[in-house]
Amino acid sequence: MRADSILLAHGSGGTMMRELIEEVFLVGLADDELARLDDAAVLELPGGALAFSTDTYVVDPLFFPGGDIGRLAVCGTVNDVCTSGATPLYLSVGFVLEEGFAIPDLKRVVVSMRDAAIEAGVRIVTGDTKVVERGHGDGLYVNTAGVGVLPEGVRLSGSLCRPGDEVLLSGTLGDHGIAVISTREGLSFSTDVRSDAAPLNGLVAAVRAAAPGVRCFRDPTRGGLASTLNELASASGVSITVRDEDVPVREQVLGACEMLGYDVYQVANEGKMVAVVPADQAAGALAAMRSAPYGEDAAVIGEVGESPAGKVYVQTGFGAKRIMDMLVGEQLPRIC
Amino acid sequence: MDILKGFRDPAVARGLVEAIRSVATAPAKVMEVCGTHTVAIARNGLREVMPDTVTLLSGPGCPVCVTANGDIDTAIEMARRPDVILATFGDMVKVPGSRSSLAREKADGRDIRVVYSTLDALDLAERNPERHIVFLGVGFETTAPTIASAIQDAERRDLGNFSVLSLHKTVPAALGALAQDPQVQVNALILPGHVSAIIGLEPYRFLAEEHGVPSVITGFEPVDVLQGIWMLAKQLAEGRAEVEIAYTRATAPEGNPAALAKMAEVFEAADAEWRGIGVIPGTGLAIRERYGRFDAAERVSVSPPPPREIPGCQCGEVLKGITLPFECRLFAKGCTPEHPVGPCMVSSEGSCAAYYRYTDYGKTA
Repeated sequence: MRADSILLAHGSGGTMMRELIEEVFLVGLADDELARLDDAAVLELPGGALAFSTDTYVVDPLFFPGGDIGRLAVCGTVNDVCTSGATPLYLSVGFVLEEGFAIPDLKRVVVSMRDAAIEAGVRIVTGDTKVVERGHGDGLYVNTAGVGVLPEGVRLSGSLCRPGDEVLLSGTLGDHGIAVISTREGLSFSTDVRSDAAPLNGLVAAVRAAAPGVRCFRDPTRGGLASTLNELASASGVSITVRDEDVPVREQVLGACEMLGYDVYQVANEGKMVAVVPADQAAGALAAMRSAPYGEDAAVIGEVGESPAGKVYVQTGFGAKRIMDMLVGEQLPRIC
Repeated sequence: MDILKGFRDPAVARGLVEAIRSVATAPAKVMEVCGTHTVAIARNGLREVMPDTVTLLSGPGCPVCVTANGDIDTAIEMARRPDVILATFGDMVKVPGSRSSLAREKADGRDIRVVYSTLDALDLAERNPERHIVFLGVGFETTAPTIASAIQDAERRDLGNFSVLSLHKTVPAALGALAQDPQVQVNALILPGHVSAIIGLEPYRFLAEEHGVPSVITGFEPVDVLQGIWMLAKQLAEGRAEVEIAYTRATAPEGNPAALAKMAEVFEAADAEWRGIGVIPGTGLAIRERYGRFDAAERVSVSPPPPREIPGCQCGEVLKGITLPFECRLFAKGCTPEHPVGPCMVSSEGSCAAYYRYTDYGKTA
């Protein structure tokens, strides 16, 4: 690792964050379960297995079309827990509040968390509050951790993808990233795109029931689909090819990406799930996804290949093929 | 937005690829001038579907890439002054100067703010009356009118603590310099859609008339770019050299007179140093004396040490299409998007970054 101090790019969900995790946290903390780098850890306990996950939410602005930091914090951790195949049950929440933050805004966030928890069928059962001096935070940071129970025998992992498997995506890409950026100061552009922040435990459960051989689930959050698929290809030692034409994307999102110079595959999502399933179960998994909440636009978007290991490709409708690379650093609007 | 669908239609794109194959029988090197085209070509895999006769080269059209080392050093020195907040568009943050980058300076505690528009920078000035806001003005004719507008806004709002370090560059004369460079062997030019929407067709006419280089103004969707290449291939096959517009939905032959007037009101032509290329007379935009109080070069006094070129970096040759990104000895070895050595790997629109992100070229397993 060549950087000697933390840059913003280390938090982007892209290659630099990956480098930080591998070279600092995995080396320093040295734990086999942690090293699997799945979204949730699976812990064997007497009487069954537990899935355990945590995430910290930092978003600007705190309120955006389709959601807010509270809804994100609940849905994000619910989704991380259920990627393991577990049923999420309980969450903890930690608030870091900046001196001066408006109590009505905090109440709004908390009510939103309650509503999201009710929707997801989870309970928020323990918490923590810290206040930092003015200027030492962006108003509010939220951490959530979640636990869920894993049915006996279910062990999903990003390392289990095999050549021939199909890759499914539960809906349109990029909605959250574009909704948030559209509200940033100075960048207001007219769009009716709303964040897709949503709990996907119902959708995951439906796919698991329809496709018991499902290899893994991942929610393509920061770093977008590109980071997720690269992580899966790398963890499983396979290649993945995505068919451009089959990936659902809203026209408004594509237009915004064009204006900002973004690659839609690298834009963040908060209510989408990727599933990798054996080919013979793909049709069933797709039907299950489409009939589940938040899955009506689901599609089979690509397939797993043998080599080159760790590479992800995009196939265009006119015969061209290119690499789908991970985001490097932050995604920033281009100059011209 | 449905209008974009047609410009991404795979069937139309396939038809154009076939049309290019049938016309482009003689070898031709086609340079896309604009960084956004570079990304569009790489992201859509267009290089891969070209016939063997057509070589697509990337040119000097990424404003981040062509910003001189010394100019970045100056910006860094300004950011180091405790009374200054340096506001910049995102891409510039990561570009290494001679000894540091704005990202590194930011991590070291300098007050550097990434803004999404010049209006943000003006608001910063209003909210921080005790500090001086320097806005890093980087970009071509696409960006310059909005910066000119911001300077006029600053005057209207009487923001005495706002200035612009104008590193803007203009495109046509730089293309003329390339056309005269014997090392550069380019047969045709894909001209930048965004820049051309501002300046129109006329400023490029000399490229065809004096230098005999067929040129087409092109948009950024796959069908746009393929149509542009097809029009260029037709010109070459027919022995014509003209400036044509394929991007008629956004570019009028006369450009955008209001934007041009605003630019002319605030800026005047000056010499500019292009990274790796050198000084090209008349291709910079200096702030006119009338707006001198908003000129950071006048307002914020710094003396950076002499610039230092980065050993081994071949960005200059890449920008001129002499060296392909993966032919650079640092490509994917010492120089990657995570740890860029030169600006062509830093900028999201740089040709090295585009090759690195979207192709397997130059990467060994």
